[in-house]
Amino acid sequence: MANKEEILAGLAEIVEEETGVEAAEVQLDKSFTEDLDIDSISMMTIVVNAEEKFEVTIPDEEVKNLKTVGDAVEFIAANAS
Amino acid sequence: MTTLKQYAPNRYSRILAYGASRGEVIVHNNDIIEPINSSDEWIVQRTGISTRHRASENQSVTDLAVGAAKDALANAGVEGSEIDAVIVATVTHPYATPSLATRVADAIGTKAPAYDISAACAGFCYAIAQADGLVRSGIASKVMVIGVEKLSDFIDPTDRTISFLLGDGGGAAIVAASDEPGIAPTVWGSDGSNWDKVGMSGSLLQIRNRNFVENPVEEGEKIWPTLRQEGPSVFRWAVWEMAKVAKQALEEAGITADQLGAFIPHQANERIIDQMVKTLKLPETVIVARDIKESGNTSGASVPLAAHRLLQENPELSGKFALQIGFGAGLAFAAQVVVLP
Repeated sequence: MANKEEILAGLAEIVEEETGVEAAEVQLDKSFTEDLDIDSISMMTIVVNAEEKFEVTIPDEEVKNLKTVGDAVEFIAANAS
Repeated sequence: MTTLKQYAPNRYSRILAYGASRGEVIVHNNDIIEPINSSDEWIVQRTGISTRHRASENQSVTDLAVGAAKDALANAGVEGSEIDAVIVATVTHPYATPSLATRVADAIGTKAPAYDISAACAGFCYAIAQADGLVRSGIASKVMVIGVEKLSDFIDPTDRTISFLLGDGGGAAIVAASDEPGIAPTVWGSDGSNWDKVGMSGSLLQIRNRNFVENPVEEGEKIWPTLRQEGPSVFRWAVWEMAKVAKQALEEAGITADQLGAFIPHQANERIIDQMVKTLKLPETVIVARDIKESGNTSGASVPLAAHRLLQENPELSGKFALQIGFGAGLAFAAQVVVLP
Protein backbone atom coordinates (compact mmCIF):
# COMPACT_ATOMS: atom_id res chain seq x y z
CA MET A 1 0.00 0.00 0.00
CA ALA A 2 1.22 3.48 -0.89
CA ASN A 3 2.28 5.88 1.87
CA LYS A 4 0.93 9.42 2.03
CA GLU A 5 3.83 10.92 0.10
CA GLU A 6 3.31 8.45 -2.71
CA ILE A 7 -0.43 9.11 -2.69
CA LEU A 8 0.17 12.86 -2.94
CA ALA A 9 2.59 12.38 -5.83
CA GLY A 10 0.16 10.06 -7.64
CA LEU A 11 -2.77 12.39 -7.07
CA ALA A 12 -0.74 15.36 -8.32
CA GLU A 13 -0.02 13.48 -11.56
CA ILE A 14 -3.73 12.77 -12.02
CA VAL A 15 -4.65 16.42 -11.37
CA GLU A 16 -2.02 17.64 -13.86
CA GLU A 17 -3.24 15.19 -16.50
CA GLU A 18 -6.89 16.29 -16.11
CA THR A 19 -6.53 20.03 -15.56
CA GLY A 20 -3.07 21.10 -16.65
CA VAL A 21 -2.33 22.43 -13.14
CA GLU A 22 1.35 21.64 -12.52
CA ALA A 23 1.89 18.70 -10.19
CA ALA A 24 4.12 20.84 -7.95
CA GLU A 25 1.13 23.11 -7.25
CA VAL A 26 -0.88 20.19 -5.87
CA GLN A 27 -0.06 20.44 -2.16
CA LEU A 28 -1.83 19.14 0.92
CA ASP A 29 -3.31 22.47 2.02
CA LYS A 30 -4.65 23.42 -1.42
CA SER A 31 -8.41 23.55 -1.93
CA PHE A 32 -9.53 21.76 -5.11
CA THR A 33 -12.09 24.41 -6.00
CA GLU A 34 -10.66 27.65 -4.63
CA ASP A 35 -6.89 27.22 -5.11
CA LEU A 36 -6.69 24.78 -8.01
CA ASP A 37 -9.88 25.99 -9.78
CA ILE A 38 -11.15 22.44 -10.35
CA ASP A 39 -14.85 22.19 -11.21
CA SER A 40 -17.22 19.39 -10.18
CA ILE A 41 -16.88 17.50 -13.48
CA SER A 42 -13.06 17.53 -13.44
CA MET A 43 -13.23 16.49 -9.79
CA MET A 44 -15.23 13.38 -10.74
CA THR A 45 -12.66 12.50 -13.42
CA ILE A 46 -9.88 12.88 -10.84
CA VAL A 47 -11.82 10.73 -8.36
CA VAL A 48 -12.37 7.90 -10.86
CA ASN A 49 -8.70 7.95 -11.91
CA ALA A 50 -7.62 7.95 -8.25
CA GLU A 51 -9.91 4.98 -7.54
CA GLU A 52 -8.21 3.04 -10.30
CA LYS A 53 -4.69 4.07 -9.36
CA PHE A 54 -4.96 3.45 -5.59
CA GLU A 55 -7.53 0.59 -5.69
CA VAL A 56 -9.93 2.48 -3.46
CA THR A 57 -13.66 3.23 -3.63
CA ILE A 58 -14.64 6.88 -3.21
CA PRO A 59 -18.46 7.10 -3.04
CA ASP A 60 -20.25 10.12 -4.59
CA GLU A 61 -21.41 11.32 -1.17
CA GLU A 62 -17.80 11.28 0.06
CA VAL A 63 -16.52 13.41 -2.82
CA LYS A 64 -18.07 16.59 -1.45
CA ASN A 65 -16.15 16.12 1.81
CA LEU A 66 -12.84 16.14 -0.04
CA LYS A 67 -12.30 19.90 0.08
CA THR A 68 -8.51 19.90 0.05
CA VAL A 69 -5.80 17.75 -1.48
CA GLY A 70 -4.95 16.71 2.10
CA ASP A 71 -8.55 15.47 2.63
CA ALA A 72 -8.21 13.28 -0.44
CA VAL A 73 -4.80 11.93 0.58
CA GLU A 74 -6.12 11.07 4.07
CA PHE A 75 -9.21 9.35 2.65
CA ILE A 76 -7.19 7.29 0.19
CA ALA A 77 -4.61 6.36 2.84
CA ALA A 78 -7.35 5.21 5.22
CA ASN A 79 -9.40 3.29 2.67
CA ALA A 80 -7.01 1.90 0.07
CA SER A 81 -6.84 -1.86 -0.01
CA MET B 1 -54.64 -31.37 -34.91
CA THR B 2 -55.19 -27.67 -35.66
CA THR B 3 -52.22 -25.48 -34.92
CA LEU B 4 -52.08 -21.75 -34.51
CA LYS B 5 -50.78 -19.53 -37.23
CA GLN B 6 -47.93 -17.27 -36.05
CA TYR B 7 -46.11 -14.34 -37.58
CA ALA B 8 -43.54 -15.26 -40.21
CA PRO B 9 -40.31 -13.59 -39.09
CA ASN B 10 -38.07 -11.33 -41.13
CA ARG B 11 -34.42 -12.22 -40.84
CA TYR B 12 -32.95 -8.72 -40.56
CA SER B 13 -33.91 -5.10 -39.95
CA ARG B 14 -32.30 -1.75 -40.72
CA ILE B 15 -32.85 1.98 -40.48
CA LEU B 16 -34.14 3.32 -43.81
CA ALA B 17 -33.78 7.04 -43.05
CA TYR B 18 -33.72 9.67 -40.32
CA GLY B 19 -35.82 12.80 -40.02
CA ALA B 20 -35.44 15.90 -37.87
CA SER B 21 -37.39 18.84 -36.56
CA ARG B 22 -35.73 21.37 -34.27
CA GLY B 23 -37.22 24.13 -32.15
CA GLU B 24 -37.68 27.32 -34.17
CA VAL B 25 -36.06 29.65 -31.65
CA ILE B 26 -32.26 29.72 -31.31
CA VAL B 27 -31.43 30.55 -27.69
CA HIS B 28 -27.88 31.80 -27.05
CA ASN B 29 -26.09 31.40 -23.74
CA ASN B 30 -26.30 35.15 -23.18
CA ASP B 31 -30.11 34.90 -23.35
CA ILE B 32 -30.29 32.63 -20.29
CA ILE B 33 -27.35 33.55 -18.03
CA GLU B 34 -28.95 36.23 -15.91
CA PRO B 35 -31.25 34.05 -13.75
CA ILE B 36 -28.40 31.59 -13.09
CA ASN B 37 -25.81 34.32 -12.51
CA SER B 38 -23.50 32.77 -15.08
CA SER B 39 -21.64 33.61 -18.30
CA ASP B 40 -21.33 32.39 -21.86
CA GLU B 41 -17.77 31.29 -21.08
CA TRP B 42 -18.85 29.27 -17.99
CA ILE B 43 -21.54 27.39 -19.96
CA VAL B 44 -19.27 26.69 -22.94
CA GLN B 45 -16.44 25.50 -20.69
CA ARG B 46 -18.65 23.18 -18.63
CA THR B 47 -20.99 21.88 -21.32
CA GLY B 48 -19.72 22.74 -24.82
CA ILE B 49 -23.11 24.30 -25.59
CA SER B 50 -23.24 27.62 -27.45
CA THR B 51 -26.90 27.61 -28.47
CA ARG B 52 -29.92 25.42 -28.00
CA HIS B 53 -33.00 25.25 -30.22
CA ARG B 54 -36.23 25.80 -28.33
CA ALA B 55 -39.78 25.58 -29.57
CA SER B 56 -41.69 28.78 -30.17
CA GLU B 57 -44.81 29.38 -28.10
CA ASN B 58 -46.99 27.96 -30.86
CA GLN B 59 -44.80 24.92 -31.56
CA SER B 60 -45.98 21.90 -29.57
CA VAL B 61 -44.26 18.61 -28.83
CA THR B 62 -46.75 17.08 -31.29
CA ASP B 63 -45.64 19.53 -34.02
CA LEU B 64 -42.01 18.54 -33.42
CA ALA B 65 -42.86 14.82 -33.59
CA VAL B 66 -44.95 15.13 -36.74
CA GLY B 67 -42.30 17.32 -38.39
CA ALA B 68 -39.59 14.73 -37.73
CA ALA B 69 -41.82 11.86 -38.90
CA LYS B 70 -42.71 13.59 -42.18
CA ASP B 71 -39.05 14.42 -42.82
CA ALA B 72 -38.09 10.75 -42.27
CA LEU B 73 -40.84 9.59 -44.66
CA ALA B 74 -39.62 12.01 -47.33
CA ASN B 75 -36.00 10.94 -46.84
CA ALA B 76 -36.93 7.25 -47.04
CA GLY B 77 -39.32 7.64 -49.97
CA VAL B 78 -42.01 5.90 -47.92
CA GLU B 79 -45.70 6.83 -47.68
CA GLY B 80 -47.25 7.33 -44.26
CA SER B 81 -49.83 4.65 -45.11
CA GLU B 82 -47.00 2.07 -45.34
CA ILE B 83 -46.06 2.57 -41.67
CA ASP B 84 -47.49 -0.28 -39.62
CA ALA B 85 -46.35 0.75 -36.11
CA VAL B 86 -45.50 4.08 -34.47
CA ILE B 87 -43.39 4.31 -31.30
CA VAL B 88 -42.79 7.70 -29.69
CA ALA B 89 -40.18 8.05 -26.94
CA THR B 90 -40.92 11.16 -24.90
CA VAL B 91 -41.19 12.45 -21.35
CA THR B 92 -42.70 15.82 -22.22
CA HIS B 93 -46.09 15.04 -23.76
CA PRO B 94 -48.30 17.00 -21.37
CA TYR B 95 -51.09 14.41 -21.35
CA ALA B 96 -50.81 11.21 -19.34
CA THR B 97 -53.21 9.82 -21.95
CA PRO B 98 -53.93 9.59 -24.84
CA SER B 99 -50.51 9.02 -26.29
CA LEU B 100 -48.63 11.36 -28.60
CA ALA B 101 -47.96 8.45 -30.97
CA THR B 102 -51.62 8.16 -32.02
CA ARG B 103 -51.61 11.81 -33.10
CA VAL B 104 -48.44 11.26 -35.11
CA ALA B 105 -49.97 8.18 -36.74
CA ASP B 106 -53.05 10.19 -37.67
CA ALA B 107 -50.99 13.09 -38.99
CA ILE B 108 -48.93 10.88 -41.31
CA GLY B 109 -51.97 8.98 -42.57
CA THR B 110 -51.91 5.59 -40.87
CA LYS B 111 -54.17 3.79 -38.44
CA ALA B 112 -51.31 1.54 -37.33
CA PRO B 113 -50.73 0.61 -33.67
CA ALA B 114 -49.17 3.60 -31.94
CA TYR B 115 -47.82 4.02 -28.43
CA ASP B 116 -45.46 6.11 -26.30
CA ILE B 117 -42.60 4.91 -24.13
CA SER B 118 -40.91 6.69 -21.22
CA ALA B 119 -37.18 6.11 -20.95
CA ALA B 120 -36.00 9.74 -21.05
CA CYS B 121 -32.61 10.17 -22.73
CA ALA B 122 -32.41 6.43 -23.45
CA GLY B 123 -35.87 6.50 -25.07
CA PHE B 124 -34.88 6.56 -28.73
CA CYS B 125 -32.44 3.64 -28.37
CA TYR B 126 -35.08 1.72 -26.37
CA ALA B 127 -37.56 2.35 -29.19
CA ILE B 128 -35.06 1.20 -31.85
CA ALA B 129 -34.70 -2.06 -29.89
CA GLN B 130 -38.48 -2.47 -29.86
CA ALA B 131 -38.81 -1.64 -33.56
CA ASP B 132 -36.05 -4.11 -34.39
CA GLY B 133 -37.99 -6.77 -32.45
CA LEU B 134 -41.31 -5.90 -34.11
CA VAL B 135 -39.80 -6.07 -37.59
CA ARG B 136 -37.73 -9.22 -37.18
CA SER B 137 -40.58 -11.07 -35.48
CA GLY B 138 -42.83 -10.20 -38.41
CA ILE B 139 -45.30 -8.16 -36.33
CA ALA B 140 -44.53 -5.05 -38.41
CA SER B 141 -42.70 -4.29 -41.63
CA LYS B 142 -42.04 -0.54 -41.34
CA VAL B 143 -41.92 1.10 -37.92
CA MET B 144 -41.78 4.85 -37.32
CA VAL B 145 -39.56 5.52 -34.30
CA ILE B 146 -39.52 9.03 -32.85
CA GLY B 147 -37.61 10.62 -29.98
CA VAL B 148 -39.14 13.99 -29.19
CA GLU B 149 -39.06 16.49 -26.35
CA LYS B 150 -40.31 19.97 -25.61
CA LEU B 151 -38.17 20.26 -22.50
CA SER B 152 -38.65 24.02 -22.32
CA ASP B 153 -42.09 23.34 -20.81
CA PHE B 154 -40.37 21.64 -17.85
CA ILE B 155 -37.42 23.87 -17.02
CA ASP B 156 -36.74 26.42 -14.31
CA PRO B 157 -34.72 29.40 -15.61
CA THR B 158 -33.06 29.74 -12.17
CA ASP B 159 -31.93 26.09 -12.00
CA ARG B 160 -28.16 25.64 -12.34
CA THR B 161 -28.21 21.83 -12.53
CA ILE B 162 -29.74 21.03 -15.92
CA SER B 163 -32.23 23.58 -17.29
CA PHE B 164 -29.62 25.68 -19.10
CA LEU B 165 -28.49 22.61 -21.07
CA LEU B 166 -31.88 21.78 -22.49
CA GLY B 167 -33.37 22.27 -25.93
CA ASP B 168 -36.43 21.12 -27.87
CA GLY B 169 -36.64 18.91 -30.92
CA GLY B 170 -37.77 15.72 -32.55
CA GLY B 171 -35.78 13.06 -34.38
CA ALA B 172 -37.26 10.11 -36.29
CA ALA B 173 -36.05 6.91 -37.89
CA ILE B 174 -37.91 4.37 -39.99
CA VAL B 175 -36.99 0.77 -39.19
CA ALA B 176 -37.82 -1.80 -41.89
CA ALA B 177 -37.19 -5.41 -42.92
CA SER B 178 -33.87 -5.87 -44.68
CA ASP B 179 -31.85 -8.45 -46.63
CA GLU B 180 -28.71 -7.52 -44.66
CA PRO B 181 -28.20 -7.06 -40.89
CA GLY B 182 -28.65 -3.39 -40.00
CA ILE B 183 -29.33 -3.29 -36.24
CA ALA B 184 -27.09 -5.28 -33.90
CA PRO B 185 -28.30 -6.61 -30.51
CA THR B 186 -29.20 -3.88 -28.01
CA VAL B 187 -27.45 -3.72 -24.65
CA TRP B 188 -29.98 -2.13 -22.36
CA GLY B 189 -31.02 -1.94 -18.75
CA SER B 190 -31.84 0.25 -15.78
CA ASP B 191 -30.72 1.15 -12.28
CA GLY B 192 -33.78 2.21 -10.32
CA SER B 193 -31.73 2.53 -7.12
CA ASN B 194 -30.60 5.87 -8.59
CA TRP B 195 -34.13 6.95 -9.53
CA ASP B 196 -33.60 10.29 -7.76
CA LYS B 197 -30.38 11.32 -9.52
CA VAL B 198 -32.10 12.98 -12.48
CA GLY B 199 -35.75 13.74 -13.13
CA MET B 200 -38.66 15.91 -12.08
CA SER B 201 -38.45 18.04 -8.92
CA GLY B 202 -41.80 16.75 -7.69
CA SER B 203 -45.02 14.88 -8.45
CA LEU B 204 -48.09 16.45 -10.05
CA LEU B 205 -50.09 15.05 -7.12
CA GLN B 206 -48.33 17.57 -4.87
CA ILE B 207 -50.25 20.27 -6.72
CA ARG B 208 -53.55 18.39 -6.68
CA ASN B 209 -53.31 17.55 -2.97
CA ARG B 210 -52.32 21.03 -1.79
CA ASN B 211 -54.97 23.18 -0.13
CA PHE B 212 -54.23 26.50 -1.82
CA VAL B 213 -56.62 28.40 0.49
CA GLU B 214 -54.79 27.36 3.66
CA ASN B 215 -51.42 27.17 1.97
CA PRO B 216 -51.29 29.81 -0.79
CA VAL B 217 -48.43 30.09 -3.28
CA GLU B 218 -45.73 32.34 -1.84
CA GLU B 219 -43.95 34.98 -3.87
CA GLY B 220 -41.18 33.35 -5.91
CA GLU B 221 -42.36 29.83 -5.05
CA LYS B 222 -42.54 27.43 -7.99
CA ILE B 223 -45.19 24.77 -7.80
CA TRP B 224 -44.82 23.36 -11.32
CA PRO B 225 -42.34 20.43 -11.23
CA THR B 226 -39.27 20.94 -13.40
CA LEU B 227 -36.18 18.92 -14.29
CA ARG B 228 -33.26 18.58 -11.88
CA GLN B 229 -30.12 16.45 -11.69
CA GLU B 230 -27.22 15.65 -9.43
CA GLY B 231 -24.71 16.60 -12.09
CA PRO B 232 -21.43 15.14 -10.80
CA SER B 233 -23.00 11.76 -9.91
CA VAL B 234 -24.75 11.55 -13.26
CA PHE B 235 -21.49 12.52 -15.01
CA ARG B 236 -19.63 9.71 -13.28
CA TRP B 237 -22.29 7.13 -14.15
CA ALA B 238 -22.68 8.42 -17.70
CA VAL B 239 -18.99 8.21 -18.53
CA TRP B 240 -17.59 5.19 -16.77
CA GLU B 241 -20.62 2.90 -16.48
CA MET B 242 -21.87 3.78 -19.96
CA ALA B 243 -18.44 3.21 -21.50
CA LYS B 244 -18.78 -0.41 -20.31
CA VAL B 245 -22.22 -0.63 -21.94
CA ALA B 246 -20.85 0.86 -25.17
CA LYS B 247 -18.02 -1.69 -25.22
CA GLN B 248 -20.53 -4.49 -24.65
CA ALA B 249 -22.63 -3.22 -27.58
CA LEU B 250 -19.56 -3.45 -29.82
CA GLU B 251 -18.93 -7.01 -28.62
CA GLU B 252 -22.57 -7.97 -29.23
CA ALA B 253 -22.29 -6.54 -32.75
CA GLY B 254 -19.14 -8.59 -33.36
CA ILE B 255 -17.06 -5.57 -34.34
CA THR B 256 -14.23 -3.52 -32.87
CA ALA B 257 -14.02 0.26 -32.36
CA ASP B 258 -11.76 0.72 -35.41
CA GLN B 259 -14.54 -0.65 -37.62
CA LEU B 260 -16.92 2.12 -36.61
CA GLY B 261 -17.64 5.02 -38.92
CA ALA B 262 -19.34 7.07 -36.23
CA PHE B 263 -20.09 7.32 -32.52
CA ILE B 264 -23.46 8.87 -31.71
CA PRO B 265 -23.81 9.25 -27.94
CA HIS B 266 -26.72 10.97 -26.22
CA GLN B 267 -25.90 14.68 -26.42
CA ALA B 268 -25.97 15.32 -22.65
CA ASN B 269 -22.88 17.45 -22.18
CA GLU B 270 -19.83 17.73 -24.43
CA ARG B 271 -17.52 16.88 -21.55
CA ILE B 272 -19.33 13.57 -21.10
CA ILE B 273 -18.85 12.93 -24.83
CA ASP B 274 -15.12 13.86 -24.66
CA GLN B 275 -14.50 11.67 -21.63
CA MET B 276 -16.43 8.73 -23.15
CA VAL B 277 -14.35 8.96 -26.33
CA LYS B 278 -11.21 8.94 -24.18
CA THR B 279 -12.39 6.07 -21.96
CA LEU B 280 -13.46 4.01 -24.98
CA LYS B 281 -10.14 4.81 -26.70
CA LEU B 282 -11.96 5.48 -29.97
CA PRO B 283 -9.56 5.90 -32.89
CA GLU B 284 -9.49 9.29 -34.60
CA THR B 285 -11.05 7.76 -37.70
CA VAL B 286 -14.38 7.49 -35.85
CA ILE B 287 -16.49 10.62 -36.41
CA VAL B 288 -18.10 11.71 -33.15
CA ALA B 289 -21.53 13.39 -33.22
CA ARG B 290 -21.48 16.78 -31.50
CA ASP B 291 -24.88 18.22 -32.30
CA ILE B 292 -25.01 19.45 -28.69
CA LYS B 293 -22.98 22.59 -29.49
CA GLU B 294 -25.89 24.07 -31.43
CA SER B 295 -28.91 22.04 -30.35
CA GLY B 296 -28.30 21.61 -26.61
CA ASN B 297 -29.43 18.50 -24.75
CA THR B 298 -32.76 17.35 -26.19
CA SER B 299 -33.07 14.15 -24.12
CA GLY B 300 -34.80 11.40 -26.13
CA ALA B 301 -34.47 13.40 -29.35
CA SER B 302 -30.73 13.88 -29.15
CA VAL B 303 -29.48 10.64 -30.74
CA PRO B 304 -31.63 10.82 -33.91
CA LEU B 305 -31.06 14.58 -34.22
CA ALA B 306 -27.31 14.03 -33.93
CA ALA B 307 -27.44 11.15 -36.44
CA HIS B 308 -29.43 13.30 -38.86
CA ARG B 309 -26.89 16.14 -38.69
CA LEU B 310 -23.95 13.73 -38.94
CA LEU B 311 -25.28 12.27 -42.19
CA GLN B 312 -26.01 15.71 -43.61
CA GLU B 313 -22.47 16.88 -42.86
CA ASN B 314 -20.76 13.56 -43.68
CA PRO B 315 -22.79 11.79 -46.40
CA GLU B 316 -19.90 9.36 -46.89
CA LEU B 317 -20.94 7.73 -43.59
CA SER B 318 -23.91 6.13 -45.33
CA GLY B 319 -23.53 2.34 -45.08
CA LYS B 320 -21.00 2.59 -42.25
CA PHE B 321 -21.40 1.28 -38.69
CA ALA B 322 -22.44 3.71 -35.96
CA LEU B 323 -22.49 3.01 -32.23
CA GLN B 324 -25.40 4.86 -30.63
CA ILE B 325 -26.05 5.06 -26.92
CA GLY B 326 -28.73 6.76 -24.84
CA PHE B 327 -28.62 7.14 -21.05
CA GLY B 328 -30.40 9.21 -18.45
CA ALA B 329 -33.30 9.43 -16.02
CA GLY B 330 -34.40 6.14 -14.50
CA LEU B 331 -31.57 5.54 -14.60
CA ALA B 332 -32.11 3.89 -17.98
CA PHE B 333 -29.68 3.10 -20.77
CA ALA B 334 -29.53 1.43 -24.19
CA ALA B 335 -26.83 1.03 -26.83
CA GLN B 336 -26.68 -0.66 -30.21
CA VAL B 337 -24.57 -0.64 -33.36
CA VAL B 338 -26.54 0.26 -36.50
CA VAL B 339 -25.74 0.59 -40.18
CA LEU B 340 -26.27 4.23 -41.12
CA PRO B 341 -28.79 4.70 -43.95
